[in-house]
Amino acid sequence: MNHTETHPSFLAHHFSESEQQRESAKLGMWIFLITEVLLFSGLFTFYAIYRSWYPDMFINAHQHLNVALGTLNTIVLITSSLTIALAIRSMQLNNRRQTIILLITTLALAAIFLVVKYFEYSHKFHLGQLPGKFYTFTGIKGTNPHVFFSVYFMLTGLHGIHVIAGMIAIGWVLRRTINNHFSAEYYTPIENAGLYWHLVDLVWIYLFPLLYLIG
Amino acid sequence: MSIKAHHHITPLKTYLSVGVALMVLTIITVVVSFVHFGAFNLIIAMVIASIKAVLVALFFMHLLYDNKLFMAIFSISLIFVSVFIILTMFDTMQRDSIDEVKAKPIKKNAIIYDK
Amino acid sequence: MSGNKTEVEKNYLNDQKGIKSWLLTLDHKRIGILYLYSIMFFFFIGGMSALLIRLELIRPQEVIVGADTYNQLFTLHGAIMIFLFIIPGIPAILGNFVLPLMIGAKDVAFPKLNLASWYVYIFGSLFAVYSLVTGAVDTGWTFYTPYSTSTDTSVVSMTLGAFILGFSSIFTGINFIVTIHKLRAPGMTWFKMPLFVWASYATAIIQVLATPVLGITLLLLIAERLLGIGIFDPAMGGDPVLYQHFFWFYSHPAVYIMILPGMGIISEVIAVFSKKKIFGYNAIAFSSLGIALVSFLVWGHHMFTSGQSEFAAMIFSFLTFLVGIPSGIKMFNWLATLYKGSITFETPMLYALSFMFLFAIGGFTGIMLGALSVDVHLHDTYFVVAHFHYVMMGGTVMAFLAGLHYWWPKIWGRTYNEFWARIAAFLIFVGFNVTFFSQFILGAKGMPRRYYTYLDQYQPLHAFSSVGAFVIGAGFFIMAFYLIHAMVRGKRIGRNPWGALTLEWTTTSPPSHHNFEEIPVVKNGPYDFDRIRVENDKWIYKEE
Repeated sequence: MNHTETHPSFLAHHFSESEQQRESAKLGMWIFLITEVLLFSGLFTFYAIYRSWYPDMFINAHQHLNVALGTLNTIVLITSSLTIALAIRSMQLNNRRQTIILLITTLALAAIFLVVKYFEYSHKFHLGQLPGKFYTFTGIKGTNPHVFFSVYFMLTGLHGIHVIAGMIAIGWVLRRTINNHFSAEYYTPIENAGLYWHLVDLVWIYLFPLLYLIG
Repeated sequence: MSIKAHHHITPLKTYLSVGVALMVLTIITVVVSFVHFGAFNLIIAMVIASIKAVLVALFFMHLLYDNKLFMAIFSISLIFVSVFIILTMFDTMQRDSIDEVKAKPIKKNAIIYDK
Repeated sequence: MSGNKTEVEKNYLNDQKGIKSWLLTLDHKRIGILYLYSIMFFFFIGGMSALLIRLELIRPQEVIVGADTYNQLFTLHGAIMIFLFIIPGIPAILGNFVLPLMIGAKDVAFPKLNLASWYVYIFGSLFAVYSLVTGAVDTGWTFYTPYSTSTDTSVVSMTLGAFILGFSSIFTGINFIVTIHKLRAPGMTWFKMPLFVWASYATAIIQVLATPVLGITLLLLIAERLLGIGIFDPAMGGDPVLYQHFFWFYSHPAVYIMILPGMGIISEVIAVFSKKKIFGYNAIAFSSLGIALVSFLVWGHHMFTSGQSEFAAMIFSFLTFLVGIPSGIKMFNWLATLYKGSITFETPMLYALSFMFLFAIGGFTGIMLGALSVDVHLHDTYFVVAHFHYVMMGGTVMAFLAGLHYWWPKIWGRTYNEFWARIAAFLIFVGFNVTFFSQFILGAKGMPRRYYTYLDQYQPLHAFSSVGAFVIGAGFFIMAFYLIHAMVRGKRIGRNPWGALTLEWTTTSPPSHHNFEEIPVVKNGPYDFDRIRVENDKWIYKEE
């Protein structure tokens, strides 16, 4: 691998130019994102079918979710999406300091999201609004209300795992930004972490009205 | 090094306007959900969510400026998601549309049914 | 090995030494070899369990195992053959090895991801092995609820294994799509790509779109077992038929993950051994994409008798017939390629022709089973078993063997003994038909699948079938022997023993670490046998 003279340090040996590598990485990321979309599709199908079978139960049960906290989290997540988009923009303009600040802000917002989620979860644990056979709450009319909380916990739980995975990805590109790995010429990993983070946001954009607003 | 400096840099104003639009849409969808429209609540919420999703995808995820292949890939995934949901619902919504279902629902024996 | 200095150049096999250079390799060819060893290991286990199954069924009484062990045995056979052999088989071994070579690339787009996919494969298979040791699963490879949520065997670890294996499949898929899009050699336009590349591309699309749904299905199944979430388990208010929808949304397209790369290999082999330009290149290329698309619309035909609505069953039955169109296009084009070609019958061609014969039977019986009323009679009988073995083994495995024999000289730089290879091919073909054609008759007479015993009237056909299985076993035994011999002591061959025109044959056998001395520039189509002939590894252009 003695191409170092002609190849920039970030360019792998099997690519001939950096634009090819960048496009490949982003194409790979997009394909990975659609696997995530399909992964969530199973849970949305779960939701759609049981909602069509038990519409009244879903409407009764969703009133036990906290709309205020859900809205707060939506706003937090949208803001974090904005900050990471701006972080990429700063890197494009070679403003490393601003990129670092914006990435840290994104991480902080993600953490806030999880904290809010924690309070919601612990409240539900307390009331026994739990999935499946752990469901002990008695205040909801309709058939099989435990299924609603199964959907709720599966969807928000899987989404929460993706939030954590996204935080790890952002933390990793933050570290590399601090170590000066990126420049206006090469910032593809931040872009890809950003794409992943936006997908997490996209899932929440649908999840929030389906669960919190209309049941 | 053949770096072509043609990567699109979105103006700050665009990002901020999209951010504001997303906030406004969030508030609208929350407010509307408290008004009772029956089945239309679902449709309104989904339309607003889709507008938000399109905004995020086009501007934050750069689909508007990037290789159109990415947009094609993303759209294809959504088509297959709809195939999954719709074809499954051809079954679940039509269980007794041709032949009456004669068996008793198994739910009657469920552990949790009487709760 | 280093005795023959004149011939042995630096190649991917000998440029680095030691176990570490293999386990940490980023070379797509070496990763292909790692896959070869591990997948063949599981193929051996799956094959052994198949022989045990046939041994048990040689007479109605208990021969070697009882009912419960038998249930575990066929689950073992199914799960290992599907998840650990057929799905990764062609893409991960042959695809990894030859796909970058075929498009003139130095490697796949993401070499680290490629290596990761192998480790994920090993990790997932460990879960599968673990669940074998701790009370094997007895649900069948489909893990249908409600049985899978109530049996006390280790369903969770087995499904977790399959879940992890899904990632391996996705990684390979992502790699192939990006490699094909971005790393083609100069001049290699989309319609100059070999058809195996097209087939791998279509396969990768299915892998990427369908596998995540298997992931979420198995997660939901695990959640159902551990938490009782009430999606699949009727005792918790769930719907077991819904599980089948979720499962087959992945697993029907997965059938095409298995067969499509095989069809790609057949396209290569048929053209090369007929020395004729492939007939209907565009039609074959697009029919691969057509199969990929239609494969997502037909899953309900696995569920005609499950209690799904008759309305959905009718739609799925109709859609199922559509699969016949792209598959038929391929068959007719291969036939037309053979017509007036200069056909030679080396081993790869023998397997390719076996494929065409067996896949035709497998495909037509598939159409029969796709017809709603016929299926109600035949579902869950040996007819179904015979059908999918004709497609999976008669189709995919034959194609895999065709590809393995076709590229084996390229992989090792040494070739195998043609005489023994033909004997093995003959044994496998005859043994296969003996084993599985009798099962069509058994099934039509009403023999249900997945039982370790049966009525006396089925005994002759069962015994006949079992004999065939051991003939296949003998064929594979001979094959293992001469292939391993070829690896170590086989006759050295040059760059292009078959006179093929795709790029992998323009480089050395075995290829060097960087695949090509210089990046090739493509001017010809992959099957321009009307313009080019190969003599002593050199291309000779015919007069126009």
